[in-house]
Amino acid sequence: MKELILVIVGAALVNNIILSQFQGLCPFLGVSKKVDTSLGMGGAVIFVIVLASIVTNLIYTFVLVPFKVTYLQTIAFILVIAALVQFVEMFLKKNVPSLYQALGVFLPLITTNCAVLGSALTNVQKEYNFILSVANGFGTAVGFTVAIVLLASIRESIEDNDIPFNFQGSPIVLITSGLMAIAFMGFSGLIK
Amino acid sequence: MNKCVERIYNGIIKENPTFVLMLGMCPTLAVTTTAINGVGMGLSTTAVLVFSNLIISALRNIIPDRVRIPAYIVIVASLVTIVQLLLQAFVRSLYSSLGIFIPLIVVNCIILGRAEAYAAKNGPIESAFDGIGMGLGFTVGLTSIAIVREILGAGAVFGFTFVPEDFRITIFGLAPGAFFVLAVLTALQNLAKAPSATNGSAPQSALACGGNCASCHGSACMSNHAELEAIREKAEAEAAAKKKAAAEKAAAANAAGQNAPAGRKE
Repeated sequence: MKELILVIVGAALVNNIILSQFQGLCPFLGVSKKVDTSLGMGGAVIFVIVLASIVTNLIYTFVLVPFKVTYLQTIAFILVIAALVQFVEMFLKKNVPSLYQALGVFLPLITTNCAVLGSALTNVQKEYNFILSVANGFGTAVGFTVAIVLLASIRESIEDNDIPFNFQGSPIVLITSGLMAIAFMGFSGLIK
Repeated sequence: MNKCVERIYNGIIKENPTFVLMLGMCPTLAVTTTAINGVGMGLSTTAVLVFSNLIISALRNIIPDRVRIPAYIVIVASLVTIVQLLLQAFVRSLYSSLGIFIPLIVVNCIILGRAEAYAAKNGPIESAFDGIGMGLGFTVGLTSIAIVREILGAGAVFGFTFVPEDFRITIFGLAPGAFFVLAVLTALQNLAKAPSATNGSAPQSALACGGNCASCHGSACMSNHAELEAIREKAEAEAAAKKKAAAEKAAAANAAGQNAPAGRKE
């Protein structure tokens, strides 16, 4: 139990996927203009990363390892993730329209998100078992959501500020993320 | 040959993936702690990009349009696995310092972007040179960001230390420093009014999404498909119209030709 909590907190705060691992920066900078959309994106990422952690772990343990083809993990994982996202999108559209309304537009965007493939590969690299893989995936996705929602709310409130002309647009967003990264570095003392 | 040189110029200067198009931000920020890492990452991406462009361009008439993205992903993922195994075997230090970012080359926007924007429409030789140009542009971008960060953060260039320890700003070697360096870079581009995706003055790509992953909302891939289809249909319609016009002209000439001797006879 203790290990589980350590993995989740570690993945969400200490090794935050965006602010210290630099994975999934495209949606972080691109879909963070409004809090609502960033929440939707965060929800979709949690959904997909947890599912992807489950599926890639099963594929790795029951297909790649028994057939001794673990070097194919990159190809296998990216294909599984792409197919999974397509499948989830079709399933939600047909059976859970309300959830599809909320997350639908963000789902295809996630296929080529580094964070999903990155967390699947990290699970393998750190040799997590099934439960820990899912926990790590969940923690990673929660970390992503926390970071993107924080950035979106900061961006909403700096919108009306008097920013020097040359720093308007991306530069101020990047500086904000840098300051957030400094703040998140404070969590590194949380887990030894 | 001239076209090939133009592709390389285009990749390094005109549409530089790091400075102008702002693609592939994850590795740009993550691995640029030392100049050696920047060069290594750039060259690995270049190798993947050249061969993926070459293969995709060679197979562009065989791959069905509807499943092209999965097909591209398989090709790119195979190439990345090859590069990963080669690095693991021969350049152990680089392999361990780049870590997870080697397999993550698969999801680098530049590679799929170039496959969609260039290799799917042009011949293998030009596509390979496009890959070389874009890859070298990416390498130059990563290396220059990495040199700045290494000088400020570790007081060294390519591992050669020349700044005493008291004058180093360690934060530039850590995660926040990457954001700050990129922020200053984009601010300087705004100041110089240089073409860049961040101030909206980058040269527009022929793609519906503009090749800009940051503003991609997922469905761009499908609208892109529709756009390409529309262009193709237009070209086909034009070709058909031309053919028809030519046929009509020929028929008219024929008719005139038949009329003329007939007229002479009378």
